Amino acid sequence: MQALTNRGKSVSREPMTLMERMYIPSIVKGMAITFSHIFKKQPTIRYPEEKREFSPVFRGLHVLNRDEEGRENCTACGLCAVACPAEAITMEGAERMEGEEHLYREEKYAAKYEINMLRCIFCGLCEEACPKDAIYLSETFAPANFTRKGFIYGKEELLIPNPVTEPAEFAKARGEKRINN
Amino acid sequence: MTLLAFDWILLLEKLILIAIIVFASLGIALYTTFAERKVAAILQDRPGPNRAGPFGLFQPFADGLKLIMKEEIIPNTANKALFVLGPGLAMTAALMTCAVIPWSSSVELFGRKIDLQIADINIGILYIFGVVSMGVYGIMIGGWASNNKFSLMSALRGASQAISYELAMGLSLIAVLMVSGSLSLRTIVDQQMAAGSMWNIAYQPLGFIIFFVCAMAECNRTPFDLPEAENELNFGYHQEYSSMKLGFYLFSEYINMIMSSAVMASLFLGGFDIPFLDETTLAPNTAAILGLLALLTKIVFFVFVFMWIRWTIPRFRYDQLMDLGWKSLIPLALFNMLITGAFILWRQG
Repeated sequence: MQALTNRGKSVSREPMTLMERMYIPSIVKGMAITFSHIFKKQPTIRYPEEKREFSPVFRGLHVLNRDEEGRENCTACGLCAVACPAEAITMEGAERMEGEEHLYREEKYAAKYEINMLRCIFCGLCEEACPKDAIYLSETFAPANFTRKGFIYGKEELLIPNPVTEPAEFAKARGEKRINN
Repeated sequence: MTLLAFDWILLLEKLILIAIIVFASLGIALYTTFAERKVAAILQDRPGPNRAGPFGLFQPFADGLKLIMKEEIIPNTANKALFVLGPGLAMTAALMTCAVIPWSSSVELFGRKIDLQIADINIGILYIFGVVSMGVYGIMIGGWASNNKFSLMSALRGASQAISYELAMGLSLIAVLMVSGSLSLRTIVDQQMAAGSMWNIAYQPLGFIIFFVCAMAECNRTPFDLPEAENELNFGYHQEYSSMKLGFYLFSEYINMIMSSAVMASLFLGGFDIPFLDETTLAPNTAAILGLLALLTKIVFFVFVFMWIRWTIPRFRYDQLMDLGWKSLIPLALFNMLITGAFILWRQG
């Protein structure tokens, strides 16, 4: 029979020699190997104290962005919802009233913005579709929840903290690696 | 003070000694379970249990508490009396071994000379063999009373394994007894301690290896853990057990391990003898404490080797186990006996 690869090794069927039948040399060899592992470095990351860093391209939970003055970027254009292959995004637009200019950047804003985290596949297409830099995927992931309803994230979960009133929380939510504000 | 021509203080002294030794063995066994997990972890590049207390030191208490709090289930079809008797017997047999082990020389307390040994009987080794054989009943009864096929099969395995390896163990021991000429453990240890004499391992290296392998088989440790071979017999003879009854079985394995380490240390490594030190030059109490520490060190060493082997070598197949016991170890032990006898005869005449 022709060999499929050149990696095959023929098995020796010769009876074991006395040395081999005593097993002790091979047992000692094995024990030396396990003993050497005492001095090896452990690859363990002790989770709550230490955390593994995500890769820079990690796509986590969505964040609805604000500009430097703390106004919401989203104009409820619906491009993200159209781009979403999992149909996880729903929104309702509303018109900005007089005196709300400090809340919303443009004349239209999202009165309701919901993402179903159980449907979302974290592909990041919404982020790519958004013309206003209003949505991006952060570096955290959705925590566990007791009900399915709890996974439908509304504006209060998604909106980034206001950079004017809560700069520390804003910086934390924005993450280190995102610079496209 | 004698009452009815009986030394009542001796009784009190022995009772206190029994309590100390039994509870100390239990405590050490508790931490042996912890050590097992830590050693396994370290040999496999893992941290091991490290959450309960500093370095996970309270882990054995958490495990024990968990076992006690679990629901106790006795299967409907089990033989209830025997089902309860099994783990008790295993535990009792494991603990009874410690009665004849000389833990150290004697201390002087309140003007009395107290031997750190519960009973120095002149057939100490035979007593240990008898009690260890009783431990097989714990496995056998537990496995049979569970009324479970797997339990019964592993109980059979356990019994046949223990019996086969006891033979080789006994034969390798006879060579030691020929050298020492006594069955009392204290005498054997004292002979090894005497000035100018070496430990028995120097006279009986082959005997030591045979005894060590057999001790591993007697304790049902990997590579001889066929009675509880998880991947072929689910969980072995204690499959139907739950709560502290299961705990007793698991615990008795560790106590057996400590006791067989102590027996091996006494028989082959000079017991409580500190190498290169003449104990008679020390004050008796200091010598006793240092001797106890020396024996404990030897026990810890043996227990570590047991664990080290467990996490290195895979399990034997049943026929390989029987082959090793009957076709290799028993002839080797007989050969060892013959050589020893011939050597002793040559020295005498």
